[in-house]
Amino acid sequence: MTYQPMTAKEVTKKIFNKEPLFILDVRNTSDFEDWKVEGANFTHLNIPYFDLLDGVEEVLPKLPTDQDILVVCAKEGSSVMVADMLSEAERDVSYLQGGMKAWSEHLEPVRVGDLKDGGEIYQFVRIGKGCLSYMVISDGEAAVIDATRMTDVFLHFAKEKQATIKHVFDTHLHADHISGGRIIAKETGASYWLPPKDAAEVTFDYNKLEGGREVMIGSTAISIEALYSPGHTIGSTSFVVDNTYLLSGDILFIDSIGRPDLAGLADDWVGDLRETLYKRYRALSDELLVLPAHFMTVSELNEDGTVSEKLGKLFAENHGLNIKDEAVFRSVVSENLPPQPNAYQQIREVNMGKIIPDEEEQREMEIGPNRCAVR
Amino acid sequence: MKVDKFLDAKSLACPMPIVRAKKAIQELEEGQILEVHTTDKGSKNDFAAWTKSTGHELIEVTEENDVIQFLIKKH
Repeated sequence: MTYQPMTAKEVTKKIFNKEPLFILDVRNTSDFEDWKVEGANFTHLNIPYFDLLDGVEEVLPKLPTDQDILVVCAKEGSSVMVADMLSEAERDVSYLQGGMKAWSEHLEPVRVGDLKDGGEIYQFVRIGKGCLSYMVISDGEAAVIDATRMTDVFLHFAKEKQATIKHVFDTHLHADHISGGRIIAKETGASYWLPPKDAAEVTFDYNKLEGGREVMIGSTAISIEALYSPGHTIGSTSFVVDNTYLLSGDILFIDSIGRPDLAGLADDWVGDLRETLYKRYRALSDELLVLPAHFMTVSELNEDGTVSEKLGKLFAENHGLNIKDEAVFRSVVSENLPPQPNAYQQIREVNMGKIIPDEEEQREMEIGPNRCAVR
Repeated sequence: MKVDKFLDAKSLACPMPIVRAKKAIQELEEGQILEVHTTDKGSKNDFAAWTKSTGHELIEVTEENDVIQFLIKKH
């Protein structure tokens, strides 16, 4: 038997299509429990590679014969070794090419919908980490929102669409992932926008993204309307694109809401978060399609792989939008919070331009899920 | 502390540091000490989990200039 690589893109397709996949994860158990490849119909078995050095006999009976088997490790090396041993034992398996490192970096562009003048909006699903970025394209011009550090993906995509990136926005100063916004702006000559209240300590020049401001993309007036919506951070800003799409940043997710503590001021921002979710957002049209900056579990993915939902439906169904009592709300968003994202303080410093780690260090900082939400 | 065997696993990628360490420790007697140096960041968690799984004792982990140093007592 042979073994072959399976790319992050192929695994993503299986997630979107809700296909079954059996994952033999050979990382150590704490890394596996912290973060793994998840799909609606994926099953997992975690046996660290160092427990298999003397042979894979004990695993063989635990592997199904009626579905694809994918061996996963951190950077590919151990999964290749185990896949090789399994193939020697006459089992047909694949390994995840590039391991969890590649998984963390894979971006899948998915078309969300049209703009009124014929333009389009795309969501870039960072499937392994749950980050969502956006590109608005209209009449040869593009805007990028909440770009991740895999800047080539955005640059190539715009080129393929024959669009020039004119504006790059970050809805807030991110704490879970390193922004690619500044680099994209530098490479393309685009303007880089950041909310000034999140940018007090940044070491670079930027355009001040403030509520009420409109930016046009293309000659046909696609408006990107900034809506000041503090709570996750003090500067957090949402966008209404083309009067149709609400890019909610880390304020409102599909099945959860933003957490107010990652910049260290949970108590101060609980009131802002409530004001934004229960008043500012309430004043918007129920028909807006909410496009958040994260998802937490693959159950939030729609059939086409997008993560989106009508604002009206979220008001009806999202638990975080339906806590009537303010004191209860306060305790939900400030007590029993999930663990903070890996290296979140350092990531904030990178995004402020205070430290410039090399690529490998940036990868290490971003290991793990995003953890920007509370439920 | 007296080190009985030294293994240089610097610049080796996973799974090699553990594969080599396993081999090296097989050549030691119970109670003897193996010192391993690695540069693969993932080896920190892996050595902790591997020693736990095999019953060897991870006596000390130190980091110096991106080199991770392990002292392991054979069980």
